[in-house]
Amino acid sequence: MSAADTTMSAEVDADAPPARPTAWQLLMNNTLAAAGFWIMAVIVALCILEPILPLPDPDVTSLAERLAPVFSEGHLLGTDHLGRDILARLFSGMRVSLVVGVTASVIAAFFGSLIGLIAGYARGRVDNILMRGIDMLMAFPYILLALAIVAALGPGLLNALYAIAVVNIPFFARNIRGITVGLAGREFVDAARLSGKGHISIVLTEILPNVLPVIVITMSTTVGWMILETAGLSFLGLGAQPPQADLGSMLGEGRSLLFTAPMVSIIPGVMVFIIVMSINLLGDGVRDALDPRLRAGALARPMAVTKIDRKAAPKSDDKSALVVTDLETSFEGTKGTTPAVKGISFSLDKGECLGLIGESGSGKSVTALSLLGLVASPPGIITGGTVAIDGQDVFGMREQEIVALRGRKVAYVFQDPLTTLHPLFTVGDQVVEAVQAHQKISKSDAWAKMLDLFRAVRIPDPEQRANAYPHEMSGGQRQRVGIAMALANDPEIIIADEPTTALDVTVQAEILALLQNLRKERGLALLFITHDFGVVAEICDRVAVMRFGEVVEAGDTMKVLSNPQHDYTKRLIACVPKPGQGRQFLDDVRKLAAETQNG
Amino acid sequence: MADRQAAIEITNLTKIFGGNRTLFGGKTHEIHAVKNLTMTLHHGETLAIVGESGSGKSTIARMIVGLETPTSGSMKIAGQDSSELAREGAAAFGRKIQYVFQDPVASLNPRKTIGKILEAPLRLLKGYDSAKCKARMKELMDAVSMPADALQRYPHEFSGGQAQRIAIARALAAEPDIMVLDEPVSALDVSVQAQVLLLLEDLKAEFDLSYLFISHDLAVVESISDRVAVFYFGELVEEGSAAELFASPNHEYTKKLIASAPRLEIE
Amino acid sequence: MTGYILKRLLAAIPVLIGLSIIVFLIMALIPGDPAQAILGNFATPENIARVNRELGLDKSLPEQYFIWIFNVLQGDFGRSYILNRPVLDEILDRFGATLILAGTALVLCSIFGILAGIASAVRQFGWTDRLVTLVVLIGISLPSFFLGLLLILLFAVQWRVLPASGMFAVYGGGDLPDLLYHLILPAVTLAVVATGVVARLTRAAMLEVLRQDFVRTARAKGLDENTVIYKHALKAAMVSVVPVIGIQAGFVLGGAVYIETVFQWPGIGAMLVKAISTRDILLVQGGVLIVAAAYVFVNLLADVVQSLLDPRLKT
Repeated sequence: MSAADTTMSAEVDADAPPARPTAWQLLMNNTLAAAGFWIMAVIVALCILEPILPLPDPDVTSLAERLAPVFSEGHLLGTDHLGRDILARLFSGMRVSLVVGVTASVIAAFFGSLIGLIAGYARGRVDNILMRGIDMLMAFPYILLALAIVAALGPGLLNALYAIAVVNIPFFARNIRGITVGLAGREFVDAARLSGKGHISIVLTEILPNVLPVIVITMSTTVGWMILETAGLSFLGLGAQPPQADLGSMLGEGRSLLFTAPMVSIIPGVMVFIIVMSINLLGDGVRDALDPRLRAGALARPMAVTKIDRKAAPKSDDKSALVVTDLETSFEGTKGTTPAVKGISFSLDKGECLGLIGESGSGKSVTALSLLGLVASPPGIITGGTVAIDGQDVFGMREQEIVALRGRKVAYVFQDPLTTLHPLFTVGDQVVEAVQAHQKISKSDAWAKMLDLFRAVRIPDPEQRANAYPHEMSGGQRQRVGIAMALANDPEIIIADEPTTALDVTVQAEILALLQNLRKERGLALLFITHDFGVVAEICDRVAVMRFGEVVEAGDTMKVLSNPQHDYTKRLIACVPKPGQGRQFLDDVRKLAAETQNG
Repeated sequence: MADRQAAIEITNLTKIFGGNRTLFGGKTHEIHAVKNLTMTLHHGETLAIVGESGSGKSTIARMIVGLETPTSGSMKIAGQDSSELAREGAAAFGRKIQYVFQDPVASLNPRKTIGKILEAPLRLLKGYDSAKCKARMKELMDAVSMPADALQRYPHEFSGGQAQRIAIARALAAEPDIMVLDEPVSALDVSVQAQVLLLLEDLKAEFDLSYLFISHDLAVVESISDRVAVFYFGELVEEGSAAELFASPNHEYTKKLIASAPRLEIE
Repeated sequence: MTGYILKRLLAAIPVLIGLSIIVFLIMALIPGDPAQAILGNFATPENIARVNRELGLDKSLPEQYFIWIFNVLQGDFGRSYILNRPVLDEILDRFGATLILAGTALVLCSIFGILAGIASAVRQFGWTDRLVTLVVLIGISLPSFFLGLLLILLFAVQWRVLPASGMFAVYGGGDLPDLLYHLILPAVTLAVVATGVVARLTRAAMLEVLRQDFVRTARAKGLDENTVIYKHALKAAMVSVVPVIGIQAGFVLGGAVYIETVFQWPGIGAMLVKAISTRDILLVQGGVLIVAAAYVFVNLLADVVQSLLDPRLKT
């Protein structure tokens, strides 16, 4: 065991994610879901206890007592047209409806998931045959196929159950197949194969545990439907046959009395509604609790400008184009707000390139996005500091003023141009839009301006490429479009957030050269965010090294790189292999690790 | 004429994706991912495969460990023909050669504890009983400098660097002769990257391994490899010892690649 | 574009063939003698022999299918012995009514669903969002047939402002205003569930899209919030909403079965329910086939619209 490893483990422990609340806790924290759960619990308990409750026989007719109103003596909910006690019938009907709905859902989930797992894992011909079959079933309007099946098998509760189950199989099969295809291509499945696992073992022990939550989610969101649909078939007289009754058939029988005794049909209808509603509430809760994306609160809608709630707004005498003073950006979480950027300051002057370098979690991208309030909020909040552009405090401006600044004075270039360009608009239109956002010029003038920009970023054949969609271009071309978009309104400052990280080295070299040229030609100030010391060495005049939301060291690039002052910078630079260093590099790392260990 | 020193011998290996017949008798678009490759990984050496996206480097790696079937050509893995291994099944490959993936988090099943993950190769490939499994797991955790209590924890509780150590431990569990390292440090921060490289270097000596090291990062490659093979659109364009190749590249593409790499040179 | 439409049309052919096979096979599910089942009360030995001959019931299943599909392609869906008229005539008489009802409901659910979804996403966690979420939840939990009954009780019995049943007034009427007057309750009832589903999905799609990197890019360009939401986000969200509307067409066509029964709307749904209880198998077969085929074409339309929105789908 080498000494190097202990330092490393100690270091990375800090960014290990905190413990998450369990799914059950999440479910119970959700008021609506908890309400749904308790209503369902009561209903299920009543269904189980029904035989021992002091209720009359639901099937005993008594014409003398027919159509007794609600709250009559001995019949709390009255009686129906044959004098049967509605409360008793409601309880037995509820039980039938629940059992049938849940059974149908279990059957559909089992066969659907099985088909989905097999098709998604096997792919190829098996997948094709199975999914074409499923497509055929899906090609029927939902309830129509169930009707056709009942038509052939004959009316009856059991037949209705089969019909509803069959109709819902495709839903599960499609969902589960989609997830399985994704999982089967994941590295851990390949790794399991190399660990000697066979196909069946992989499906059952590697894939199924990951699919199970999805099956549960799908079930919890479909049980409600299935209860509705079985009730529907019974309502039409195609499900439960007299004297057996479920809620649907009670409603169907009561329908003929709608005008004289509406309560006979309203009571079972309301009951169906309560059951399905509480199942849906519970189902939504289950989905939210099991879906990790929702857990992270990812679905909150981000606002136009990051929420600003500053403790202090310090002023600076610095007259540079961009001056950042004590910037603090935090993220709201369940356990209060935690700062991601902890009071950093730097400035950037015209024609200058400042590199902001750091490892993941250092807060460098959050810093970049904070400058014009582009941090998604919620959960982001600017909790302190000032960003001054031409001496004006950005966070003191009104929302429209900040928006007006974006792309005009300060423009952004982002990391992966495939996800940062809109997939459904042509690249030409997207750049034209950027031009017209700030310049009141005609569409044709804007188009001409866009073509000029495309030439400036060396996109070959711009007239033709302007009509291409992002997915039709290579990564390097897309990033050129991203740069053209940033240049659209002759900004003074460009903030480039890891603009070459998603690109191949040779393409990266071209893009860096382009940025460098443009900067010199146009006198741009460039804030360059990266994790790569090589890139910093190549294009930045000055560099600021970030760690855990703070700038640990800043200065002239060459000085910082050749003579780092802070321990962290020293260690970081020592960890970058240099060309020509060869195997010497690992020996150095070993020594460094030993030193850190001893000192 | 088998080279006794060869860990992997690849002869005329080709992989074509697509080209399936369609319903109307046409053919789908063909992609020649690997073109007629002949290459040898010697016992005990680290051979780096370098190339950009679309160079076919990952396809080569996946074929070598049996996750992808070659269109034509042959491979000998630790002296045994790969088609024989393929007939015996994935386990046969797994005993001789293991794979470390680029994304360490994706390579660990999120719903299994580290202990469960390590148990699979120990039981299925080595046939150890549970006492032996337990003992080996502790040794493996020790070898990759992870605490033994990590065995009871789930993958999401670890950082990228730790997850990659666990993935390396899983590969070691099979006691393979050869490891294919597919961009093993690309997803990691520089400080963590250096530590993992060092770990790999130490493990190689300790367990007498041969490495096929796939990377797009020339500086990393230079620091760990004995020989380097440069790929461009599925073709091997240049091969040579690391020192020579970086000092005086011959092929145009290699020159361009080396010139493009951002360099941190401090005097 | 025409190439794409042509390709989709070609792809619809195997689906239609598959549909017809499934519909045909339903006959094979019938327990006992199919001819007996088809004829029901009209089963005299001569009639049974005639049906056996017409449908080739003495031949193998594949042969029976070809005889049947050949007849269907010529417009011969067989004869309803209970109604004593050709199946096709009965279907054609009723198909228009179902299309009017389902079509109106589909339009209603698309418009209100999308609007409610957008409003609720844009004002996330505000009172609009809460209200929409609540209404949607009630909408998808309420059985449509029960909702129909409630609306009849309120609007036809209690307040007497809208008719309880039928498509036209018994006396007079027969013109467009009369039709619309009768259409309101059933169309609204039918649209409620679908509206809920569309609203939910639109909301989710909008929220998903608003988190995407390209929306951040749109903001970074300096576009105003309305352009960001109603141009960039909405277009991307519609790509996933359009197919859902296609699926809703299926729910609306199927749900028409209940609504037509409740409101005594003279469409195919009501016909099917009657035909099933009278075991009029050939009528069921014909009705299901026609409605399913209509659904296939609606989905085809949804595919084409989706590909107009998303250039990535055309290749």
